[in-house]
Amino acid sequence: MSNLLNVSPSPHAHGKETTQKLMFGVVAALLPALFTSIFYFGWGAIIVTATSVFSCLIFEYLIQRFIFRKPITITDGSALVTGMLLAFNVPSNLPVFIIVIGSFVSIAIAKMTFGGLGNNPFNPALVGRVFMLISFPVQMTSWPVPAGFGTGYIDAVTGATPLAIIKEGLKNGESISQLVTQIPSPAQMFLGDMGGSMGEVAAVALLIGFVWLLYKKIITWHIPVSVIGSIVIFTTILWLVNPEKNANPMFHVLAGGVLLGAIFMATDYVTSPMTPKSMIIYGCGIGILTVIIRVWGAYPEGVSFAILIMNAFVPLMNLYIKPRRFGEEVKNG
Amino acid sequence: MLLKNLALKTFPIGGVHPPENKLTSESEIQYLPIPVSVAIPVSQHIGAPASVIVNKDEKVKTGQVIAQSKGFVSANIHSSVSGKVSKIDTVIDTSGYKQTAVFITVEGDEWIETIDRGNEILTDINSSSEEIIKKCLESGIVGMGGATFPSHVKLTVPAGKKCDILIINGVECEPYLTSDHRLMLERGEEVLIGISIMMIALKVSRAMIGIENNKPDAVAHMTKLATAFQGITVHALKVKYPQGAEKQLIKALINREVPSGRLPLDVNTVVHNVGTAFAVYEAIQKNKPLFERVVTITGKSVSKPGNYFVRLGTPVKDLIAAAGGIPEDTGKIVSGGPMMGKALSSTDIPVVKGTSGIILFPSGESVRMESMPCIRCTKCTQACALNLEPYLLMTLSEKGLFERAQKERITDCMECGSCSYICPARRPLLDYIRLGKSTVIKMAREWVVK
Repeated sequence: MSNLLNVSPSPHAHGKETTQKLMFGVVAALLPALFTSIFYFGWGAIIVTATSVFSCLIFEYLIQRFIFRKPITITDGSALVTGMLLAFNVPSNLPVFIIVIGSFVSIAIAKMTFGGLGNNPFNPALVGRVFMLISFPVQMTSWPVPAGFGTGYIDAVTGATPLAIIKEGLKNGESISQLVTQIPSPAQMFLGDMGGSMGEVAAVALLIGFVWLLYKKIITWHIPVSVIGSIVIFTTILWLVNPEKNANPMFHVLAGGVLLGAIFMATDYVTSPMTPKSMIIYGCGIGILTVIIRVWGAYPEGVSFAILIMNAFVPLMNLYIKPRRFGEEVKNG
Repeated sequence: MLLKNLALKTFPIGGVHPPENKLTSESEIQYLPIPVSVAIPVSQHIGAPASVIVNKDEKVKTGQVIAQSKGFVSANIHSSVSGKVSKIDTVIDTSGYKQTAVFITVEGDEWIETIDRGNEILTDINSSSEEIIKKCLESGIVGMGGATFPSHVKLTVPAGKKCDILIINGVECEPYLTSDHRLMLERGEEVLIGISIMMIALKVSRAMIGIENNKPDAVAHMTKLATAFQGITVHALKVKYPQGAEKQLIKALINREVPSGRLPLDVNTVVHNVGTAFAVYEAIQKNKPLFERVVTITGKSVSKPGNYFVRLGTPVKDLIAAAGGIPEDTGKIVSGGPMMGKALSSTDIPVVKGTSGIILFPSGESVRMESMPCIRCTKCTQACALNLEPYLLMTLSEKGLFERAQKERITDCMECGSCSYICPARRPLLDYIRLGKSTVIKMAREWVVK
């Protein structure tokens, strides 16, 4: 033994959890969706994911190395998660240069300008996604039709997403019962056999990821359940009021980015609230905004916008919505 | 088994489950040989230090008062050995501060005559409430769980308050420590008599013993013994740290919530440790003041970990020697449990009334990992048993925003360490919260003075 003893304040024990383990836990939870994506979209999915992950890591490295001049922490897994989520939020035929621009916006603008990991107010992957959607609307909304490994990359056959079909159809005065023949069956949607962003299509794969995240205690149920729950409640009301003008709740949950958003994007640690009560309010806000954008907005899909809008409220919620402390006396009157 | 565990009582909010590492739960309590000399600090309790009443070169006997309590919240200090006072000097205590201590060179082991040294267990209690409280005061009994609050104070129900139940803490939720566990197994009957004595002092008819379910033998043993005692029941609790915290234990057992900044008496209850119950038994039935206690000496690399009755004032190094000496890889020595214990700066530090265990950590577990940015994962807010927001309290303390920290109830923090334990970014949450808490308390005092 050395003659010197370490002296430090308690606790003297530490749990096994690390930032890196949590991040890689999220990566593991994303793998089922990645595999189904590759299964449906072939090489496109691989190229898009690889480009996105690689460029996110490179941008983070370059900024830490040459601008921050601090220790490089790209191995903590956070840029990897951002890269994967960014890829999951775009069509699988997106040209490489657009993905690189999106990655730059995600990492350099949405994350590093605020000081890096832990400081960004908005979900980096979604900022990148929305930037691309606004800058490259054509490329960002041409969705390859799933055709397995036969699906080409840039030359993939494209089609509309179920949400776009409904939106366009309703605008043209058609009713839901007329449109229902044009959209995939609930079973197809559950398994992911439809057009859409590469990571959002397969509900079953995303739900497997959800179970994994809960099992590993990486996230709690509060945000995903309140997002999905509020969407179900809101769309059920609309559907009951007028089933010819409004799609049923199951369609709303399975189509588009609701599951990806609720399970993986809204639960992003840094940009979501800190206490259960706030989490539920935040989740319900996302759900309600999503439905409003989908039903009355210009875009067929609104999950990304809804999450970003609610991100902006998180600091306020953390400031004003407080849990009941143990032993806090109930105020009388 | 799993279902049974789910059905067990526990406190509802927060908590963590550190690896238990109870290496010494099978080791019978042995008597540590009397050291050649002891250093007995005059402040081994919360409250005013006792004042020394012996002089240099004076002969003292085992059990003799050597420092008299000063004021209501204070406790007598007794000699733990017989011999000659070699000096009255300062000693480094568990917290690393210098304080006055009586140094005694041991000569034989002559006890004061009033102590009953027989092995017979005395079941009949012939003392009144007042006599018990007076005897506890004289015998220097303090809370043996580690808080060392003078017991006579906690056994006195002030006018205007009432107490309807006594809760006995046999939880021992800290990893590694087994002193209470062994005491319940080996001195269960004495502990129960001690509890009955405290019930008389408090004038209550009911007592509940809470024991975590990682000690099924203690639960079974105490349940069996308790059938012979009026009003005492034993309750197995789900294993969760910090269940041994007074407020959490009360919540778990009787679902009463002690208001913030108040005491258990405000919900008509008093909590004592099983070690204290044993000390009370010895004081009342055997006339034996508090001068020895059970200490666990343990650690993953320690060759002979065990539980010992140790005379107070014995240097920690004697205890380590009995456990096979300091392992080669030792990097840190902790007095108490790994979650709330204090790291010792030297092995000359004496064992005191609050020393429940000595843990030797290998160097690999002694150094903190580098901390990373907070990723707001909410693990600390989930772990906090008081529903505070440790991440926020840390930031507020770091930035010097103490008034806001006070509004966020930083002073409620009991420093259990669950937040620092769970933090995946290894942030020193509790260090900063302690800083904020002490600053806020100081500010409040200054405000009162003004």
